[in-house]
Amino acid sequence: MATKVIMPKLSPTMEEGQISRWLKKEGDKVSMGEPLAEIDTDKATMEMQALANGVLRKILINEGQSAPLGQTIAVIGEPNEDIASLVSEASAAPKQEQAQQQVQEQPAAPQQPQPQAKAAAASAQPSSRVDGRQPQAATADSGRLIVSPLAARMAAEAGIDLRSLQGSGPNGRIIKKDIEAAISQPKAAPAPQAFPRAVEPGRFPQAAASGYRDEPASEIRKVIAKRLVTSLGPVPHFFLTTEIEMDRAAEMRKGINALDPDLKISINDIIIKVAAAALIQHPEVNASFQEKFIRYYEHADVGVAVAIEDGLITPVVRSADQKSLSEIAAEVRELAERARSRKLKPEEYTGASFSISNLGMFGIDEFTAVINPPEGAILAVGAMSAKPVVRDNEIVIRQMMRVTMSCDHRVIDGATGAKFLQTFKKILENPLYLVV
Amino acid sequence: MSTITIREALNQALREELARDETVFLMGEEVAEYDGAYKVTKGLLKEFGAKRVIDTPITELGFSGLGVGAAMVGLRPVIEFMTFNFSILATDQIINSAAKMLYMSGGQFNIPIVFRGPGGSAFQVSSQHSQALESWYAYFPGIKVVMPSTAADAKGLLKSSIRDDDPVIFIEQERMYGNKGEVPDDPEFTIPLGVADVKREGTDVTIVARSLMVPVALKAAEQLEQQGVSCEVVDPRTIRPLDIDTIVESVKKTNRVVVAEESHPICSVGAEIATQIMERAFDYLDAPVKRISGADVPMPYAKNLEQLAIPDVNRIVAAVREVAYLD
Repeated sequence: MATKVIMPKLSPTMEEGQISRWLKKEGDKVSMGEPLAEIDTDKATMEMQALANGVLRKILINEGQSAPLGQTIAVIGEPNEDIASLVSEASAAPKQEQAQQQVQEQPAAPQQPQPQAKAAAASAQPSSRVDGRQPQAATADSGRLIVSPLAARMAAEAGIDLRSLQGSGPNGRIIKKDIEAAISQPKAAPAPQAFPRAVEPGRFPQAAASGYRDEPASEIRKVIAKRLVTSLGPVPHFFLTTEIEMDRAAEMRKGINALDPDLKISINDIIIKVAAAALIQHPEVNASFQEKFIRYYEHADVGVAVAIEDGLITPVVRSADQKSLSEIAAEVRELAERARSRKLKPEEYTGASFSISNLGMFGIDEFTAVINPPEGAILAVGAMSAKPVVRDNEIVIRQMMRVTMSCDHRVIDGATGAKFLQTFKKILENPLYLVV
Repeated sequence: MSTITIREALNQALREELARDETVFLMGEEVAEYDGAYKVTKGLLKEFGAKRVIDTPITELGFSGLGVGAAMVGLRPVIEFMTFNFSILATDQIINSAAKMLYMSGGQFNIPIVFRGPGGSAFQVSSQHSQALESWYAYFPGIKVVMPSTAADAKGLLKSSIRDDDPVIFIEQERMYGNKGEVPDDPEFTIPLGVADVKREGTDVTIVARSLMVPVALKAAEQLEQQGVSCEVVDPRTIRPLDIDTIVESVKKTNRVVVAEESHPICSVGAEIATQIMERAFDYLDAPVKRISGADVPMPYAKNLEQLAIPDVNRIVAAVREVAYLD
């Protein structure tokens, strides 16, 4: 029997996926569990496996195109099986939607043909249907949506606006069937627009707006945007800055790497190790505000911000307090590599108790970072540079580095954060504390 | 495997447990000389003697209390109520003594007792003799409540109930004693208490049914299959402790539920199951949980009215179609 291949949910925050690469061609034999395609989700490129045996009969979403969760992206069936109905079901859906939209727009007031018009028209005056059943608008008189709990959850997961739907259940209740129908109607993917020609060739119009181009926001950019507003909005940040003398840490790094050049310990690895040690000494900072309770972590799971091609991701070094410098160095290197090739698994970039963001390599002296909720704090690390400082009433040159910690004030108070930072500074300036 | 009636399965369970453990004894009205009002204890007096199989006067409160005392000193009584309607007279001993003794003695006294007998509707025995009392007993912490629907379940669950260290209310269905089913021959065959059984697998709607409603639900599921609706029938088998996990798993799969029961609707076991489904699987429900219960009236004597008071296949079919949004 022919089966639909649907866009699967491959990460906890995924709402749609882009086909990065089909690993099978139409006509290829596939068996259950075999990799079928690579899908670009909001966080990583993941392999999708076939869930049926047979032949890949039809690819409905080409490489580079996106589809929302649950949409049919291909059909697997027997070599000579008739799959026309499955294919037309999946591809005819958008036309149907358009037709419906036109009918529904007629009774609407002569407004601009905005996309919202469909929903407005639908709730204002439901169109009659050929089958004689009068679907009531889900927004009953009160304007309240009537929707089954399951349908509400499915819509949220698939990113479907319930107000754009008509319920087929009693009192216009939106039910599972309605969401499935909506999912199977693929949204028209907006094609990237070219540079609009604001300027005619050869002319120089006055006060013309400068040219621009619109590109669809990538999945990861959308998630970053969503995550960050959930942070700076509801999370009350405050910032603590201190300057740290790095000579001994730099010396230690040099010494260790001289012992074994393969270790390749970086200053950042030392910072991770020192932060983990300080977190264990200050459990009130290794914590997260969870609305009704505060969660204190047993170990320091340190997130390390890694810049990748079109965004950033924070792989987590688990229990960094229990790992040696060489273990941390090897793990960070390996995680960062896979982050850049977008091969991290969701559990590898979620659930840190504290994060570190280092922009030192870009020559940034100091900056403030945005907390990655629900973590309680993030440490922004600047560049190390030689500076004149006063020691024993003499001006001497030292390697100085500035760090700024952003704290969630709901769980960390000024003095608490300051004490942590004091410990962090003390250890980093005298890394021998790590072995005491 | 042998194909036997529920009556014979219960008789086997009693015989095997009497033979296995000499602390087990039977007591109740007509259980010995008359072989039991419903012949469940047939032949047991002859086989095990008057010390192990004891006829009592018509004194439910008295012999139930006797049983609780015997259990306190280390015996395993099986008390038969001729029907559970008469257990109403014994509720003080069941609820105030048996259910609470372990707690009130600070854990010193387990009460390994089984109260068993037929319950629910029968054939035109009217209001006082046609009652489903499971929700009464399931209400109280300290008692287990078991309701088998097949011969195998009847045997396996009764054996587990007798071996259990807590008081067990074991309700057989009066109309079902003659129902036949396959039962394993292994004398060590038991079914653990508190484990539901999926009597039929399906994908569209879950029907939670117990006791008399299980065969009715299975018939409804067959009819619905012809109509293109795939029903899963889950039999909790034990009302307390209730295996809500199995029910919730099924609901997560099907998204729609009908709870069918023979008892009155108000404060019923079905009400409890519906509530727990709402609490644990709210986000998986595509329709409100639908209950099908016995009529909210004393059981009528008239045959036609009695039939109307007990849920039947048609009512379950209609309920399933309703939650599946088919009508």
